Amino acid sequence: MSSFEILKTDLTNKFGANDFKFITTPVGDDVIECTKESIPALLRYLKEYADFNFLMDICGVDYPTRAKRFDVVYHLFSSKDFRRLRIKTQVSEGEAVGTITPIWRGADWFEREAFDMFGIKFAGHPNLRKILTHEQFVGHPLRKDYEADRQQHCDTVMPIRFDDTPTQRGDVLNSKFVPLNIGPSHPAMHGTLRVMVELDGETIVRAGCEIGYLHRCFEKMAETHPYNQVIPYTDRLNYCSAPMNNVGYCKTVERLLGVEIPDRAKNMRIILCELSRIIDHIISVGTGGLDLGALTGFFHLFTFREKVYNLFEKLCGARLTVSMTRVGGMAQDAPEGWYESVLKFCDEMSDGIEEIQKLLIESKIFIKRTQGVCPASKEQAQAWGYTGPLLRASGINVDLRRTNPYYGYEKYDFDVPVGASGDIYDRYLVRVEEMRQSIRIIRQACKNVPKGDYTIRNKNIVLPEKKDVYGNIEGLMNHFMLVIKGLRPPIGEVYDATEAANGELGFYLVSDGSANPYRLKVRPPCFAIYQSFPEVVQGSMLADAIATVASMNVIAGELDR
Amino acid sequence: MTEQKGSATDAALTTQSADDMSRSFAFTTKLDALVAWGQRNSLWPLPYGTACCGIELMSVMGPKYDLARFGAEVVRFSPRQADMLVVAGTITEKMAPILIRIYQQMLEPKYVLSMGACASSGGFYRAYHVLQGADKVIPVDVYVPGCPPTPEAVLDGVMTLQKMIKDHTPRPWKDNWKYPYAERLNENDPVRLISKEIDSIPMVAQPQVTKGMGV
Repeated sequence: MSSFEILKTDLTNKFGANDFKFITTPVGDDVIECTKESIPALLRYLKEYADFNFLMDICGVDYPTRAKRFDVVYHLFSSKDFRRLRIKTQVSEGEAVGTITPIWRGADWFEREAFDMFGIKFAGHPNLRKILTHEQFVGHPLRKDYEADRQQHCDTVMPIRFDDTPTQRGDVLNSKFVPLNIGPSHPAMHGTLRVMVELDGETIVRAGCEIGYLHRCFEKMAETHPYNQVIPYTDRLNYCSAPMNNVGYCKTVERLLGVEIPDRAKNMRIILCELSRIIDHIISVGTGGLDLGALTGFFHLFTFREKVYNLFEKLCGARLTVSMTRVGGMAQDAPEGWYESVLKFCDEMSDGIEEIQKLLIESKIFIKRTQGVCPASKEQAQAWGYTGPLLRASGINVDLRRTNPYYGYEKYDFDVPVGASGDIYDRYLVRVEEMRQSIRIIRQACKNVPKGDYTIRNKNIVLPEKKDVYGNIEGLMNHFMLVIKGLRPPIGEVYDATEAANGELGFYLVSDGSANPYRLKVRPPCFAIYQSFPEVVQGSMLADAIATVASMNVIAGELDR
Repeated sequence: MTEQKGSATDAALTTQSADDMSRSFAFTTKLDALVAWGQRNSLWPLPYGTACCGIELMSVMGPKYDLARFGAEVVRFSPRQADMLVVAGTITEKMAPILIRIYQQMLEPKYVLSMGACASSGGFYRAYHVLQGADKVIPVDVYVPGCPPTPEAVLDGVMTLQKMIKDHTPRPWKDNWKYPYAERLNENDPVRLISKEIDSIPMVAQPQVTKGMGV
């Protein structure tokens, strides 16, 4: 009996047989559909008795022709046996579904986002306000009846306000304390983050964040573009490690299509992903040091980032936003000698990591600024939905490359570094160690490059090669048909996640059988992490809050989408 | 070295006479040519990096491309100290009022370089929350195309701006610029009142004469 069937028996015994519908989708996702009334009780039960201890995502889907217009979709993950579960419920316009913020505090921003984008109400949510769109924005943009390009101008800036609590209103400032606004245009706020604090001397009494300054409507753009044209948009989610987003998205579409990509493409995707992980950690560690005043580390590490740019340039011509993957494989094969230059880079990077270890990580000032500062405990990390290096720094050993391996990661020999205290120093230690492990993976991958094709050759999915398009009638025909008709996955839905540099990057894709995705929800890792910011910095010094923002490695592109 | 107004043209600087002058004790040029020479070689940038272009801007500043070679390495996040606003990345509707405020706070002479497709036109985000180009709200002097532009292209943009300063290119887009939301402004908006108060504080502390301390 599979674990899903065991769960089915459990739930039927506990809640009765009528409330739930148990479905396993054709691609193998486990789904429970239920009424909106049973949501809080069911999720609490799943968390406490069925080991689904991580809430990964909450999102809405709009079906304007249906009586109950919206789907509310919850994605759960178990860090005990690494299973996933999707819970779906339906609500109609104006109806509210019970909030689950008391069960997972990480539900806070996800529910606010569903409210902002669809107007779905969550009864009992303490701060059901707009989150991504600006204050003067009228309507809910991800509804199907909102046109993608209907802009609404904004001429004010939101004054300082915090989240409401049972005892205190968020927009009323306390005259005993000094209110301070940091960002969005501030060197430590990386361009688009805005942090508001109330200070008693230099101690933070209350903190709040405002996001959405880089909300570029990724999800709406995905709904209005064919599947392959979405790939360049994914580049710009986490722009510090663009290829990883390409891989995550293509892997999701491929899973819905039910195709397996060739080994050579898998190998190349692994190399690209691990190179991206290195350059993402370079930005994180480099700018982290920069925010603490250590300029040298940044300049030193950026030399290596440039070297990776050179490798990307050799591969496809672009430096930052590579768009190298296609649904079904890669856009092209690696040029001659590319794998050798990657190996050469690995040697240089190994030396570079040891240098940065001595220069920054072992520096006395750096240690004093970061060790024991603003730690996030195991329980906090779990409640807020941390993933990736921050989760591992808190001491929970979950790395999707190990726990739910894809592309043959199980064949590679590498270690997963885990921290102990979850403070800022541990986060950087984990990141630096991950860079070393990535180099190990790249070396193994480059030495065993599989022979064969770099993409599948299914004429309904992949465009034929240019030589065929210009050389023979069949190639021309297939090209024409695919461009006109588009890539059309079967009707259905899928959630798939990869281990990106910041944590779990998930894509929830709903297809209605047309050439555009019906709904594409991104589960960005730093969205869940950043919402814990007001709590973890409360009571610490202002300068520590700056160090905390840097260590969370919040990338606005994927935070705001 | 002494300066005299209006005794030699810019072109003369490149000729034999300039060479001769450099050997003698005196050097003559036009005052505004000299000022422009100073301005264009010390463009302190304010990196308004909001998105992917901000990462490429780091490369421009970084060790390989090194914007310092063009006299523009002194990065200032305070608009009061910056000459060149580099809009690097998508400007959303939510960000637009802040961009305007930053631009207004910059002191003359000020220049705007729009880096990348999003800042120049909205790029491929023809979307409900994206401003279709920074020039909808502030005057832009140089547009650098690309998504993101290569660092070489940004360097070229900076050099173009330097040439504009050198040639005293007229900038009607800047001279005729008006605050874009003027009609809809609420004068009693608390945020605006506070910033008015801040704007009225003199930049340089006035020298104070202390009694009993004769010089």
